[in-house]
Amino acid sequence: MDNTSLGKIYKDGEIIIRQGEFGECMYVIQSGMVQVITHRLEGKEVLIAELGEGDFFGEMALFEKEARSATVRAKGEVSLITIDKKTLLRRIQQDPSLAFRIVEKMSARIRKLDEKYSRVTANDRRNWDSRPRRWISPTPGLK
Amino acid sequence: MKSHKITGQDFLKESGRQSSSIQLKNGSRVGVVGGGPAGSFFSYFLLGLSDRVDLKLDIDIYEPKDFSKSGPQGCNKCGGIISETLVQHLAAEGINLPASIVQRGIDSYVMHTDVGSARIETPLHEKRIGAVYRGCGPRGTEIGRWDSFDGYLLKKAIEKGAHIIKSRVDSITFIDDFPQLVYNHPEASKQTYDLVVIAHGINTSSLPNLDKIISGYRAPGHSKTFIKEYHLGSEIIEQYLGSSMHVFLLKLPRLEFAAIIPKGDFVTVCILGENIDKDLVSHFMQSPEVKSCFPPNFALDGGSCQCWPSINTRGSQRPFCDRVVFIGDSSYSRLYKDGIGAAFITAKAAANTAILQGIATEDFKRSYWPVCKRIDSDNQFGKILFLITKLFQNLRFTRRAILKTIITEQRKPQGRKIMSTVLWDLFSGSSSYREIFLNTLRLSFMGRFAWNSAVSLINISKEGNKGE
Ligand SMILES: Cc1cc2nc3c(=O)[nH]c(=O)nc-3n(C[C@H](O)[C@H](O)[C@H](O)COP(=O)(O)OP(=O)(O)OC[C@H]3O[C@@H](n4cnc5c(N)ncnc54)[C@H](O)[C@@H]3O)c2cc1C
Repeated sequence: MDNTSLGKIYKDGEIIIRQGEFGECMYVIQSGMVQVITHRLEGKEVLIAELGEGDFFGEMALFEKEARSATVRAKGEVSLITIDKKTLLRRIQQDPSLAFRIVEKMSARIRKLDEKYSRVTANDRRNWDSRPRRWISPTPGLK
Repeated sequence: MKSHKITGQDFLKESGRQSSSIQLKNGSRVGVVGGGPAGSFFSYFLLGLSDRVDLKLDIDIYEPKDFSKSGPQGCNKCGGIISETLVQHLAAEGINLPASIVQRGIDSYVMHTDVGSARIETPLHEKRIGAVYRGCGPRGTEIGRWDSFDGYLLKKAIEKGAHIIKSRVDSITFIDDFPQLVYNHPEASKQTYDLVVIAHGINTSSLPNLDKIISGYRAPGHSKTFIKEYHLGSEIIEQYLGSSMHVFLLKLPRLEFAAIIPKGDFVTVCILGENIDKDLVSHFMQSPEVKSCFPPNFALDGGSCQCWPSINTRGSQRPFCDRVVFIGDSSYSRLYKDGIGAAFITAKAAANTAILQGIATEDFKRSYWPVCKRIDSDNQFGKILFLITKLFQNLRFTRRAILKTIITEQRKPQGRKIMSTVLWDLFSGSSSYREIFLNTLRLSFMGRFAWNSAVSLINISKEGNKGE
């Protein structure tokens, strides 16, 4: 690792956090990119987002005791700073404004998801309406 | 239905801010004396927060130094360690330190004593401590290769909208209850502000008559320290010091803390304690433990740069009044550690108070003063810890016991490493002194240390060393 870099280097394809595992920290990207992916029940991978320098991830673990909701993987070489839950929460207790940026990013993500969701439901409705009549049934699959 | 848009300023009126008699308004002017870390952090956070509440402010930062210069002209005299906690806080705030500023990422500490050395690895095996230069490096630094830490923060404040006035402020007065700064500039030598923030640190002649202008104000207490820079070249540094900070537990009177910090092509020697003088410096530099960190026959009396700056050892009294607040070293700092981290905390607390509460004495007393007091009460634990360390430093068997405990702990792949954690936190400033102190009171820690001390004592008496 380069002497002047802070944080830890992850190699291309290396898993940083794994969906379903519990975590005690969040990560800030110093340089490089990561992919956020979820695994469907049938094992299929879905790419949710790609994040770059200055972005952070894993912040949900700081506020709830749920398992990680997605897997994050290095895309190329990436350098990350780990932020410990205790360090951050202690500081937020003394200076709640430290959470502004995290809340701001989380709210931007919710907004994006909302937009995606409304786009998906609008498409679904369009597909539904354009289907031939005989396909439409009040309880699909029960005919 | 008619909707009503609530603006940021409505929100402030609705919240506790109306209790203040003096508030910043749209177009208010703020003067910041000093563009070191405290002044830049303050301006950065004030402008960030004012933007969130739709308040347009005009900020001038007065700073005579040119941080793009090497040597004393651009330097704010310091060891240049950016603590693990501060690196994390800055990252969470979106301030990532670029590689051009971080001269070396530190991942371990090597503790040297006359009875041996031990290495303490960072708990996460991650480089979360940065070694930087406050200016562009010591005399003789290759210009353009590295950037200054203070210059980087100042640039961040300027990007947010602060203006820089490259001048020293000579005095402060009050004109019709508004603070006025008098500075050394041929065109406009006086500026009146709604709020003045004093962030000039303690390595400057203080503005005259502050105690007369600000009732109850008393300047912070300080102590003389020593810093010396040596050019070794990056390869030799890698070979002799690596990416570890080297700290010394030596039996030298008045020495509180001494470290050798590896940077890019230079190393910084830092000696803190009670009024450090030439005698103490020479004893320290001649000790075999220090010499072992340099190549054989390296001329330690040479060096590229040296200085005797002051360090804040006691907070100031009443560092605020209506429309004036002191931050950073000019108000409160952490004892011997993480002064830049303390500048971050006091600067942000003052900025939050000014925007969310107001700028009257009462506002600073209610919101800013508790933050200063918290640093102060933590420093009391720090004083006890340094006293204990000094005691241990003076006894050969305790020095041995500390070393033995660390070596045993560091060999363990897993499990609790309390002595290592205590020393890591003490050297790196990663935890509050209170927390470190409470950690030392753990029964398992006390038990193991007492056992190792007893063994060392027996061994020493067997060896017939009754010198101490
Ligand atoms: C030997 C030593 C080693 C240290 N090592 C570390 C360390 O490794 N890590 C750490 O975190 N802290 C360390 N510190 C502490 C750290 O240096 C300070 O706590 C920190 O610099 C405080 O920042 P500040 O902005 O309050 O003051 P300063 O850094 O002193 O900045 C004050 C600024 O104000 C300007 N100024 C002064 N007078 C005027 C005026 N009249 N008008 C306009 N501008 C003015 C100066 O030019 C300067 O730029 C060390 C201190 C010493 C003495």
